[in-house]
Amino acid sequence: MEHPELRKYFDVKGPFAFLRLAQMKRAWKQKNRRELTWWENTYIPSVVSGIYLTSAHFFRNFTLHVLHAVGLLKDIPAAVTYQYPEQPRPLSSRTRTRHRLTKREDGSPRCVACMMCETVCPARCIEITAAEHPDPNIEKYPAEFILDLGKCVYCGFCVEVCPEDAIRMDTGKLDTSEYSRESMIYDKKRLMEE
Amino acid sequence: MPNLTIDGQKIEVPAGTTILQAAEKLGIEIPRYCYHPALPVAGNCRICMVEVEKQPKLQIACYTPVAAGMVVKTNSPKVLEARKTVLEFLLVNHPLDCPVCDQAGECKLQDYYMEHGQYDSRLASVKVKKEKKAFSIGPTVMLDQERCILCTRCVRFTDHITQTCEFGVFERGDHSQVDVYPGKELDNKYSGNVVDICPVGALTDKDFRFKCRVWYLDHTRSVCPGCSMGCNIDIDWDKSRPHTQKKERVMRLKPRHNPNVNNYWICDSGRYNYHFIDENRILSPQYLDKLVPWSEAVERIAEILQSTKPERIGVLASAQLTNEDLFVIRKLFKETLKAHVDFKAPERPGDSDDFLIKADKNPNTAGALAILGAQADAQTIVQKARQGELDLLYVFGHDLVKLFGEETVAQIARKVKLFVFQGSNINDTCGYAHLNLPGSVYAEKDGTFTNCQQRVQRIRPAFFPLGDSKGDWEIVSLLAGQLGSPLSYKDSQDVFNDIAKTVAGFAGMSYEKISDQGMVLKK
Ligand code: SF4
Ligand code: SF4
Ligand code: SF4
Ligand code: SF4
Ligand code: FES
Repeated sequence: MEHPELRKYFDVKGPFAFLRLAQMKRAWKQKNRRELTWWENTYIPSVVSGIYLTSAHFFRNFTLHVLHAVGLLKDIPAAVTYQYPEQPRPLSSRTRTRHRLTKREDGSPRCVACMMCETVCPARCIEITAAEHPDPNIEKYPAEFILDLGKCVYCGFCVEVCPEDAIRMDTGKLDTSEYSRESMIYDKKRLMEE
Repeated sequence: MPNLTIDGQKIEVPAGTTILQAAEKLGIEIPRYCYHPALPVAGNCRICMVEVEKQPKLQIACYTPVAAGMVVKTNSPKVLEARKTVLEFLLVNHPLDCPVCDQAGECKLQDYYMEHGQYDSRLASVKVKKEKKAFSIGPTVMLDQERCILCTRCVRFTDHITQTCEFGVFERGDHSQVDVYPGKELDNKYSGNVVDICPVGALTDKDFRFKCRVWYLDHTRSVCPGCSMGCNIDIDWDKSRPHTQKKERVMRLKPRHNPNVNNYWICDSGRYNYHFIDENRILSPQYLDKLVPWSEAVERIAEILQSTKPERIGVLASAQLTNEDLFVIRKLFKETLKAHVDFKAPERPGDSDDFLIKADKNPNTAGALAILGAQADAQTIVQKARQGELDLLYVFGHDLVKLFGEETVAQIARKVKLFVFQGSNINDTCGYAHLNLPGSVYAEKDGTFTNCQQRVQRIRPAFFPLGDSKGDWEIVSLLAGQLGSPLSYKDSQDVFNDIAKTVAGFAGMSYEKISDQGMVLKK
């Protein structure tokens, strides 16, 4: 804003004015970047402050772990490392984890293929093919239910929107490590395994 | 002409108009279930109640004729309360089926509940259930009596429009239910229409059932290509879910209101005649056994055209093509090349009735006559081709094998130098043609059809042509370019403007003027 010539450019209008403004401010800052001083150019202050930060954490955690080992100061937490994947990190029970399709008593999916989850999903990773159920009191069921975990953003909207409590994100599994994108695509069978 | 006031606005309407119709003229929408503009008034759903000054009780807007000096309120607290109450009663025994109901998203019960209902249920008693849920009542329609609100639109449709009287209301009180008469089936040529007029999801279309949620659909205004009536339709296609139903883009066809042509209806054969849009299409130009690019395909034709005499060129256009296609064919083949052009095929007339269905199964016979002129039928060209009097036979869409038999076509293929077939779908003739060119279907075209009432009507492209296919006139103008006499049309509108200038019957027409209701050809 300081630059008088720039002021007239900042007089931007229209729905995306704020984007343009931010862009121009960034450009202005880059152009008018401050030169480093001689002292800063030696890099000594940066190196020292970096070493300081690392050592501070090291000595704090080291001291605390030693004290914990002899049963002192147990209520002050120290940083820990989980030996993942052998030792999984504990998750809060309400963490949104990998999906599952819940079942009726007879083992068939509760889902009625209403497509609410497919509609609400912001990542568009759900793909349902509906079909006629032989029981007219159920009427509609998912002949196929595909969920592409490679695209999912774990927002939980699908769970929120389901009128049948048919999809849940409570398997406690978060890691979807696979060798190919295709194997991250879960079908009805896989979603009902849990 | 009585004068009345509705919600503070004054209006003068002819005597006999109902309050609902008068309000509609003012742009005030009064909720309705049983009222349908094309059916007799039944007045049984009571959702349309309005307050009329100096009358002690609320009146139903759909059946109360206007009177001079009437003062009507459609939004007073009393009216809103009444609507809420009516909805409460309608929903007393209504199942919570929206998740599995195909109507959801275009259901008047949902819409009015969101607008006027929104109450907490006050009923502790169990809902009255019907014996059966979702059962078939005919080849095309399923009925769910629990979802029915007994508006009797379907009953009136079969009583008054098709006069086949399949439906009735049986039992009384909260046991009332709509059903087909014992031993009867809903099986007439217009049965699909009951699904459109049912304001709720009680009647559902077997063909559409569970295929797609209605909010995924986009609607493109078009005209049914099934017969020369040219009923106005909406092409409902899946716009947002490219991943679902991958093989089909069109999900259903719905009638579009045009009081001059089909009113609110279409016949069943038109309604379900859309699978050819995505099935069995020619996707790429093919010369003998190999797929070729467009440039090579037109080169092949141009080679022959440049080395032969006009009387040795035979073109068989088709009344399935749009006016634009036919006009460009006329420009190139008739006017520039002076070839023998014809469009009539000796087809057997299809079924017909005195309502919508016409025997001529081509949507644009009138347009072809106006543009190409009356001529002898395909017989002449086919005879010539057979006797080796033609070097090039260019056929648009006709299945010659079906019309003239396998042997004739095989003979033609041996006698002519180049046998071109241009069409959207694969048929038996393709196997004999030397060069197959993929044309687009009506749902991919911008253009006009002229129906049997000489009414020129607009069709619009819903989506891009499949594969390498192109609009028929675009292919012809590609060929014109190759021949060194380019036709400089930008788009279909450009072609149409030229038609309006050149062909007498079309004088003064334009896409804007044709709009949604069409325009009749001048004599
Ligand atoms: S969690 Fe979100 S992104 Fe993942 S499937 Fe559900 S709605 Fe889609
Ligand atoms: S919202 Fe629930 S019932 Fe509906 S389709 Fe998704 S999982 Fe099935
Ligand atoms: S008819 Fe309407 S309200 Fe009733 S279940 Fe179907 S969508 Fe829901
Ligand atoms: S089935 Fe539909 S159209 Fe027929 S009475 Fe019931 S709600 Fe009305
Ligand atoms: S619309 Fe008037 S009573 Fe049904």
